Amino acid sequence: MIRKPLGPDELAEQCCQMRKTIIQTIGNANMGHIGGDLSVIDILGTLYFNVLQVNPEDPIAPDRDRFILSKGHCAVALYTAMAYAGYFPVEEMSTFVQPQSRLNGHPCNEKLPGVETSTGPLGHGLPVGVGAAIGAKIQKKPWQVYVVVGDGEIQEGSNWEAAMTAAYKKLDNLTLIIDRNRLQQGDRTDDVTSLEPLTERFKSFGWDSLEVDGHDYGALIEALKAPRVESKPRCLVANTFKGKGVSFIQDRVEWHHKVPSPEQVEEALNELERGV
Amino acid sequence: MSNDIQLHDCRNAFAKTLEALAEADERIVSVCNDSIGSSKLGDFRSKWPERLINVGIAEQTLVGAGAGLANSGLVPFVCGASCFLTGRSLEQIKADIVYSNANVKLCGISSGVAYGELGPTHHSIEDLAWTRPLAGLDIFVPVDDVETAAVIRYVAQNDHPTFVRLSRMGVPRLLPEDYEFQPGKAQILREGKDITLIGCGVTVCRAMDAAEQLASEGIEARVVNFPSISPLDEETIIQCAQETKHLLTIEEHSVRGGMGSAIAEVVVSKAPCKMKLLGFPAFAPTGSAEWLLDHFGMSVGGIVDSAKALLK
Repeated sequence: MIRKPLGPDELAEQCCQMRKTIIQTIGNANMGHIGGDLSVIDILGTLYFNVLQVNPEDPIAPDRDRFILSKGHCAVALYTAMAYAGYFPVEEMSTFVQPQSRLNGHPCNEKLPGVETSTGPLGHGLPVGVGAAIGAKIQKKPWQVYVVVGDGEIQEGSNWEAAMTAAYKKLDNLTLIIDRNRLQQGDRTDDVTSLEPLTERFKSFGWDSLEVDGHDYGALIEALKAPRVESKPRCLVANTFKGKGVSFIQDRVEWHHKVPSPEQVEEALNELERGV
Repeated sequence: MSNDIQLHDCRNAFAKTLEALAEADERIVSVCNDSIGSSKLGDFRSKWPERLINVGIAEQTLVGAGAGLANSGLVPFVCGASCFLTGRSLEQIKADIVYSNANVKLCGISSGVAYGELGPTHHSIEDLAWTRPLAGLDIFVPVDDVETAAVIRYVAQNDHPTFVRLSRMGVPRLLPEDYEFQPGKAQILREGKDITLIGCGVTVCRAMDAAEQLASEGIEARVVNFPSISPLDEETIIQCAQETKHLLTIEEHSVRGGMGSAIAEVVVSKAPCKMKLLGFPAFAPTGSAEWLLDHFGMSVGGIVDSAKALLK
């Protein structure tokens, strides 16, 4: 990281601005996964502006920390965090999903340097992160690997393959953050295939596993920077709300990828401006 | 084939070459799904236990972790039975390896009907059809031990996503020891003007024997070894189509979507000629690899018969 890490108050201001960009981008493009973008943005903000050792001006520096957004459908949140961090101009967000834009509906590492691996199909990020963490161990490199998955995504079996491998390989350089917003595309996770007891499941797989408030910047910083339990990968079950910050979107299943009307965009931006 | 010809298990050439490369380049690691024995990685593990990553019976993680290892700066050779490596992990191959342009070398062991007796779940006669549409993935099928070693040396020195389809069935050595592999190049192993027999992997030696038999009947068959499925040697295909006017492809793969299909795509648009595809038409019955090839018209006699029928 080339800048001074932002503290909780500064992160609150930064993430509020990023929420506005997310809403404007989705409104303009008439496309996007607004619910998940708004649930994960505080996690991404904390990572990019406080935790990750990365340099947007040298996005593939060999010793950078690796960050993988496995829930690739929340590309707008990722692009927004990357743009604010300096990977590309914020103005470029207006090209999201336009013909030939490098801001695809799902992130592509070949188009946008700083994206580590192309994601979109669910259940891919953790296995790739496990490989990167094993690679760091083999090469005795100090950099860290962070993977963010959606909670519904945990239903993919590939995560549990990788969770076993990560524990067995003692990957204490790997952190998994689960965006536990309790909603998936069609329903509440509890009404599809319940994930509970989620924190305990990772513990039983040999992980250092704990819960954190995924909208509390101080708590996120503390959890992400806490001393590692030796030889254990870490899982943070980050309790969030889908659509966090906009009252008529928050915690509603129908806002998985529903697009706000121009009036709703205005209303959402006003709400964020007022700090409701 | 006469009994006095030495047959080679290409997996040995694969393993020895990989070890030699790993000796010189510490970025090279191998990754497997509990397939240390069948991938011949035992010696690799003994020499560099920390560089042999066995993820267990978990093919999605096998390929995904391969992409992550490449992201970390290493050069992973990801090895597994070809049926599982390609079938179980196809989306990981698409998204994590090819679309993400990860420098991963996928090594499909015991491809085709190597596990003939184990039945269609273990046959890998779809792997080329599954991987061929993934533009950007190099796909190579070596013909013998010499070409296996040459292919492995070639893939280690570039940064392309690659699938190497390795056989288990013993094959005679067809290429000179100083052979150098060139991607996108087929080799004419025997000249002929009446028909071209095109094979890859284990079928080429059968095509060579068939050409010999056809010669005794006055038919001059050209034989082409076609190891590079992607990139494709269009020039040689067009040349053979135009010069011999008859193409017979022979592959240890389904006739839907494999080498023959790739060649037919070129022929139909650029050099139409009479053509027949030999391979497996559907799920194959149980039986040894040799028996299955014979049963589906890929014995020496079967190839001769198909060639003569095509020439009628």
